[in-house]
Amino acid sequence: MCATCGCGPNSHHHDHSHDHTHETSPGKKVVDVEQDILLENNLLAQRNRGFFEGRNILAINLVSSPGSGKTSLLERTLTDLKGELGFAVIEGDQQTANDADRIHATGTKVTQINTGKGCHLDAHMVLHAVQGMKLQADSVLFIENVGNLVCPAMFDLGEQERVVVISVTEGEDKPIKYPDMFHSSTLCVINKTDLLPYVKFNVEKAKEYARKVNPRLEIIELSCTSGEGMDQWYEWLKSKVLQPV
Amino acid sequence: MHELSIVMSIVELASAQASHHDAAVIEEIELDIGCLSGIEMDSFDFAWKQAVKRTILENARRTVNRIEGRALCLDCNTDFTMEHLYDGCPNCGSHLSQIRSGKELKLRSLVLPD
Repeated sequence: MCATCGCGPNSHHHDHSHDHTHETSPGKKVVDVEQDILLENNLLAQRNRGFFEGRNILAINLVSSPGSGKTSLLERTLTDLKGELGFAVIEGDQQTANDADRIHATGTKVTQINTGKGCHLDAHMVLHAVQGMKLQADSVLFIENVGNLVCPAMFDLGEQERVVVISVTEGEDKPIKYPDMFHSSTLCVINKTDLLPYVKFNVEKAKEYARKVNPRLEIIELSCTSGEGMDQWYEWLKSKVLQPV
Repeated sequence: MHELSIVMSIVELASAQASHHDAAVIEEIELDIGCLSGIEMDSFDFAWKQAVKRTILENARRTVNRIEGRALCLDCNTDFTMEHLYDGCPNCGSHLSQIRSGKELKLRSLVLPD
């Protein structure tokens, strides 16, 4: 059994909330549980968050549908800002270590989580990934979630910022088709803007939809290929990093 | 299909409660699932059928309270029904709002043999 969080092959938990029982009909009793179903995940997420805060690590959860360019955005960022900020990456995919290999090639510390049939990362997976990483204080940790615009929305990993990436080869109505993800994110990156002359994507419409779901959402348009807009993304990133005192 | 993870969490929470009360079976289970919680009920029902097999919840009668989404407009203070996260205020059209209900995802109560 894991000494940190109690997980194991036959894990069961001994902590119980103070519930309230009363009789309804003879031979039956009602137990008022009143417990959040995501409680377990949320507690572990808060634990991760405390760990990150204590070491001044900026944890960023990157979410998108498959193929929006999360890994390409990371590759370029890790290369361009090498020497300026310290980085580490957790890669989440159902199968293969292909993305971890791409990140590793930039010289950045990386851990791959394979979720198997799982469609999202959860706080428990991140907790264990972090345990094996020896993260440096005052650094940035990118957590690249499984490519999926639905399921990862519900699972807090303990991140400070959630960045949703969409690309101009997708439909501009993604924000209202998958509102949960845009509602829970703090920044939206619109990627692949170099392809705008060749596709029908309406950037203004996409931004309007995104702000309908989340008026506080910041939006940055960029292209990892041409480099256009990357400065804005780097500025945003640096503004979120707390300088050590 | 995060609904499967959710159902598995419910099975875990309910089993822990049942063993705490020395119950070998759960007769009824009551859940709150808000309309803005991100749960697709068809997927949830499908996942439920599979995930409760050979668990303490296998034969439990399930009640789901769907909690309506309600939001407060931060511009004009109107309290309104929010069906989708992108719904604006029906009074002033603003999208700056605070969700007051509909995000619930809660194990409310269990009925156990005494």
